[in-house]
Amino acid sequence: MEKVLSDKKAIFLFVFPAFVVFAMVVIIPIFFSAYYSTLDWNGIGKSTFIGIQNYVNLFVNNKDGFAMAIKNSFLVAFFSVFVQVPLALILALVISKGIKGEGFFRTVYFIPVIISTTVIGQLWMKIYQPKHGMLNKLLEIAGLDSLQRNWLATPQTAMASVLFVIIWQYIGYHMLLLYSGIKAIPGDIYEAAEVDGATNFQKAARITIPLIAPMIKVCVTFALIGSLKTFDLIYVLTKGGPIHATEVPTTLMFSNIFLQNKYGYGSAMSIFIILECLLFTVFINKVFKAESITY
Amino acid sequence: MESAKRVKEAPGYQVQSSHAPKKSKFGIKNIKAYGEKFILLFIAAIQIYPLLWLIMFSLKSNQEIFGKNPLALPQKLLWGNYERALLDGNIGRYFINSVIVTAAAVVITSVLAAMASYGISRMKWKLSGTMLMIFLLGMMIPMHSTLLPLFIFLKKAQLYNTYVALVLPYIGFSLPMAIFVLVGFFGTLPRELEESACLDGANIYQIFASIMLPLIKPAVATISIFTYLSCWNELMFATTFVSRQEYKTLTVGIMGMVGQYATRWGELGAGLVIATIPTVIIYISMSKQVQKSFTTGALKG
Repeated sequence: MEKVLSDKKAIFLFVFPAFVVFAMVVIIPIFFSAYYSTLDWNGIGKSTFIGIQNYVNLFVNNKDGFAMAIKNSFLVAFFSVFVQVPLALILALVISKGIKGEGFFRTVYFIPVIISTTVIGQLWMKIYQPKHGMLNKLLEIAGLDSLQRNWLATPQTAMASVLFVIIWQYIGYHMLLLYSGIKAIPGDIYEAAEVDGATNFQKAARITIPLIAPMIKVCVTFALIGSLKTFDLIYVLTKGGPIHATEVPTTLMFSNIFLQNKYGYGSAMSIFIILECLLFTVFINKVFKAESITY
Repeated sequence: MESAKRVKEAPGYQVQSSHAPKKSKFGIKNIKAYGEKFILLFIAAIQIYPLLWLIMFSLKSNQEIFGKNPLALPQKLLWGNYERALLDGNIGRYFINSVIVTAAAVVITSVLAAMASYGISRMKWKLSGTMLMIFLLGMMIPMHSTLLPLFIFLKKAQLYNTYVALVLPYIGFSLPMAIFVLVGFFGTLPRELEESACLDGANIYQIFASIMLPLIKPAVATISIFTYLSCWNELMFATTFVSRQEYKTLTVGIMGMVGQYATRWGELGAGLVIATIPTVIIYISMSKQVQKSFTTGALKG
């Protein structure tokens, strides 16, 4: 038995194919990105090594909307963590009580999650369309014509319009995760609380939420990392415009590399995006650890 | 069992118990329960109405879409929009490409992940833990950071503008999650299975193929759904690694359709609906399984 399970040739044959693909597609490119980020290179001509100059340009001499991009990605992160996840938690708490139509609500809230962001983006572009879009039409019907505007083309409303769609699309995801967490709690835990006459609110605050803290952590992590990686929706809706109003680091990286051929500078951004994701993951782990001690 | 128990305890049902012998239709608790229902339905409407609106305008003529009441139901179902999107809009071609790319990615990911997970979780070697760590680290790496190096690599390898240019990166980025789920699943299977097969004289490949593979089917279903969704819906790689019409997938095709059909919402809407139909069919036919695949992916993450 031991001999069969430690057959080196078999281990190699099982693991190596997956490892090759993974290394080729995920790991090695990261090192290349790091290398490119030290170059002044337009992709066609010769490249020159310039050390950390790209990073200096990114953080210090920046004037191409990078600050705006970071601000926006933090805005997405903030709304995802402090609006989307709490709303999802309330929905999960309410529908997991065993109300009528529990399955229906769960299924309906979740639908936007599985639809392609490209389709979602195109659809909302039509919804926000100034003349014939659903939103302005609904406002007209409600007699609120004064609120009508060109939502995605106005710098003041563009980011809010994008944020709404992001929350709309993924709220069902967090709801489902939290719901499954709540459903995994054994029912008899609530019995003692019920004997003591606890209200639903007390049960949620004192029993359910502490017990699903690990799942809340997963949601917060996904929401945060997901917002730092936002690309598709903004690329489809606004491409980062108008005048960088909805720019995020990923869209800025994309346009720097593929529209302006700044391969080195764009790579510096891509390295920044990885570091940002790692940093935030560590940060969340710290926050939740600290909390579990005080509890 | 549990949910049945909680159904009884839910406030809406509790109202009529001990404290309220006279059932008032307008008791405070009842109003609360109705209010709750109303809010839930309102949110459900916000989630679903945009999608219904899309289906409606995909069946309308421009006159109707831009007419007096664009929110109304279509007067006559205009299936011609779908025909034009499929043929003139090239959506049919993009659809086939998406099927090819996604199917290849799902099948190869499942096979590679099953093999690697078996090697990592059941076989005995020193670096198995390290190997698992390396794969799991991949879940943290954003696709964006590999975009340019992959683009340059695919061009140099002359894979740019082929199906492989999409299938290969999709597999690479699907593997971490797939291995994560499968390693967890292998851990729940009893050792005795392999031992008895071993005593019967089966070799390691026979054990894997005829004993393990049939057992991990549920976990493979989970990762297949996950991989399907991420590949079918992917845009950034698809728009970067393929520029020729013959190899474009649906997401890119739709982006290209936008300019051409800027003022013809019906055809564009039809294209959007066609791109979504397979996902909706999968979701409707196995919504429990789909939802499960999302929660398993998150559980130990």
